[in-house]
Amino acid sequence: MTEVLFFIEVVVAGLLAGTMYSLVALGFVLIYKASSTFNFAQGAMVFFAVLAFVGFMELGLPFSLAFVVTVLLMVLVGFCTERMVLNPLMNQSEDTLLMATIGLGFVLEGLAQAAWGVEVRRLDLGIGDFPIEWIIDVFGLFVSALDLTAGIVAAVLIIGLALIFKYTRMGLGLRAVADDPGAASSIGIPLKNIMLLVWSAAGVVALVAGMMWGARAGVQFALVDLALKALPVLIIGGFSSIPGAIIGGLIIGATEKVLEVYLGPFFGGAIEGWAPYVLAIFFLLYRPEGLFGEKIIRRV
Amino acid sequence: MSNNNIIMGFTRADLTNFLIVMILSFVAIPLVVQTDYWYSSILIPWLCLALAAIGQQIVMGYAGQLALGAAGFMAAGAFACFNLILRVPDIPFFVALGLSGLVAAAFGILFGLPSLRVRGIYLMVATLASQFFIVWMIDKFGWFKNYDTSGIITAQDIVILGKPFTSPLEMYFVILVVVTVLTVLAVNMARGSTGRNWMAVRDMDIAAESMGISLLKTKLQAFAISAFYCGVAGALFAFTYLKSLEPVAFDIKLSFKILFMVILGGLGTISGAFIGAAFILLFPVLLNSIGNNVFHGAIDATIISSIEQVVFGVLIIVFMIYEPLGMAKLWGNIKQRFLRKS
Amino acid sequence: MTIERNFPIGEPVLEVKNISLRFGGVKAITDSSFSVLKHEIKAIIGPNGAGKSSLLNCINGIYQPQEGSIAFKGEVLGKITPNLIAQKGISRTFQNLALFKRMSVLDNILVGRRLHMNSNFLQVAFQLPKARSEEKVNHGLQKKVELGRALATEADFLMLDEPMAGMNVEEKREMCRFILKVNDEIGTTMVLIEHDMGVVMDISDNVVVLDYGKIIADGPPDEVRANQEVIDAYLGVSHD
Repeated sequence: MTEVLFFIEVVVAGLLAGTMYSLVALGFVLIYKASSTFNFAQGAMVFFAVLAFVGFMELGLPFSLAFVVTVLLMVLVGFCTERMVLNPLMNQSEDTLLMATIGLGFVLEGLAQAAWGVEVRRLDLGIGDFPIEWIIDVFGLFVSALDLTAGIVAAVLIIGLALIFKYTRMGLGLRAVADDPGAASSIGIPLKNIMLLVWSAAGVVALVAGMMWGARAGVQFALVDLALKALPVLIIGGFSSIPGAIIGGLIIGATEKVLEVYLGPFFGGAIEGWAPYVLAIFFLLYRPEGLFGEKIIRRV
Repeated sequence: MSNNNIIMGFTRADLTNFLIVMILSFVAIPLVVQTDYWYSSILIPWLCLALAAIGQQIVMGYAGQLALGAAGFMAAGAFACFNLILRVPDIPFFVALGLSGLVAAAFGILFGLPSLRVRGIYLMVATLASQFFIVWMIDKFGWFKNYDTSGIITAQDIVILGKPFTSPLEMYFVILVVVTVLTVLAVNMARGSTGRNWMAVRDMDIAAESMGISLLKTKLQAFAISAFYCGVAGALFAFTYLKSLEPVAFDIKLSFKILFMVILGGLGTISGAFIGAAFILLFPVLLNSIGNNVFHGAIDATIISSIEQVVFGVLIIVFMIYEPLGMAKLWGNIKQRFLRKS
Repeated sequence: MTIERNFPIGEPVLEVKNISLRFGGVKAITDSSFSVLKHEIKAIIGPNGAGKSSLLNCINGIYQPQEGSIAFKGEVLGKITPNLIAQKGISRTFQNLALFKRMSVLDNILVGRRLHMNSNFLQVAFQLPKARSEEKVNHGLQKKVELGRALATEADFLMLDEPMAGMNVEEKREMCRFILKVNDEIGTTMVLIEHDMGVVMDISDNVVVLDYGKIIADGPPDEVRANQEVIDAYLGVSHD
């Protein structure tokens, strides 16, 4: 019985950690949906945002004010990216855009480190990374409060974004742009505003993801590598699907934890480092469009 | 502008250039450059990384497959070389080096398989698997490191025909010979039918297939040859520059560096690999010396490395916008303008 | 008008039998059969979206028809890929320019030629431009380069998907002459998709008419031109 409980614990911990991958992946999906641009810099944005946030806190700003200022900063980053990177590269091949966003990632990482230094920071959200007592009492499971919070925050963000896309004019415009930017702008949908909105939203998502990661593992450069794991998440979920990002994150989170706990000891551990990517390869072989992506038929 | 003297498909200009480069690198540099610093910190890593960049160039610049994991193949080559020399008595160094390349090539084929199904970012993620898996495997299975627990293993001395090549200048010559041979080979492949097939697949895969090119063979060949170059480069890098073998030296940052060399140097040119490697290697040196000499160390070293990162990032964006074919093309344009004036 | 041809029209070399192709629920080709005779020039015509290109793509191995069979030189082609088809001697051009954009004109052609040689030699010898094929090469010439590339494979069966699209009258005339010349001098069997009826009537030996994925006529140009169903299809008589 305890073994079953332990297994469930492992899976739950994996799922909750997976929501953090989902959060990063969500930022990718937002931008991909709106502009078919694969934003490799999303991981760097996570790092940049949370480092800025901690930096503002260190300057003595209260939590809420630091949050608002960081959000404004991320909007600015989105604005600059739209004007200086995406706009000049309009109509270029996907690969070119991808490489440009790799460059953007390096710029953001460099700027963040130049401005706020390289030492590991602690981020205390007031939520500890320890088991919640009532869950132990009721279910007998050890579930970290921080993991649970991250899960809830991710759920709220995702539902919120889904509602915005579904029921607002902006959301409708965004879907139109995603479908056909040329047609959308020809019927008067302000392409630039929508891009700015999307990049800002991706910035906010990056900040939240960064705060969750930062609270758990410290605010440090390693976040960028962690964020890289959002890539296999996207492959599993499909690049243009918000539910896909969530499910993909959960699958990766749970699988890598289970593999690490049960197989890791035989190989000296750290299977987590590559397991998501190998998992992604298997998905690529069987379902290249991802679980929720649209099947692409290449026309000749 | 046309040159009518052609030998084996190389124009006379090609041969002149080749001779100039050979004289410069084999005679002039050893005569002029006397300080070890230049060999061990600049020329040796430059040639090693340029070789890896040629590998990246083949798979990405020529065959158009967005791969990100050169460092993983370098690690495979480096540790293969270490183990071959360790375990095979009296194996000649160049044989070990070649076999290391083949080991890396085998990994290249394995991790190139996804390219048959996917492209672009999807392929990039799949190739990241090679990066993380290979480095992890070497790190976790003691055999590869000869059960050394210290984490850092000293590389064996390079011994060729009983003579040890241990001074920076000697090692420079060893590398130079390997790089020369492999570069000439690469140029030949790139300009011949092999390269045409790669480029055809890159530019329009369905049309290439309709011309009778097998995508399977062409793509896997590109991955294998690319990994071979990276493997040899990795072995040289470990044996002559790092002088030690540690898996962490081949992390994803190195893969990104090599990717940047190719993008900035110019996709689809062999010379771009050399130009890009020189830039990525020399720019930080330049930045550091500005920091030391102009600001007398008033700028923190971490700030300097951050600035370096920002500059690389900005350059990539700028090149993507204004000159996607990179510095090699830029250099070609300058040369052309200069020639036209004179 | 019975001029003796160097390569008289012979037996069927390509036989398409009852093929059907669907994309999801969309029927691109329905139960179509036709054959191409050795050394003939066969045109495939039909309104936009009739399935002409899909038909070529099936023969080329890019699409796999769900039903039916295709036989080339008496051999039924099973599950095939474009490169195997190319090795059997079928080459083609594409509707939308499919040149290798970042390669020079000469390199484009040499890809089909499988020549193990550095192109520098020929480039210099022929004084060809070194520039990439997309630069400084106009549309008409690009179309010709693509045809040249297909010819360079030494295929004896050529499929041309709208080889004259976007050309002016002068260029079209030149292209027609060239196609006839190739057919006459090396006997290449050709299947071509073309919209210009004048061109089709001029150069083809036989014409297949496709409408809504079905073959509605197959025969010599004059016969096809007089066919009521064909006239209806082109005038847009409603289908039920």
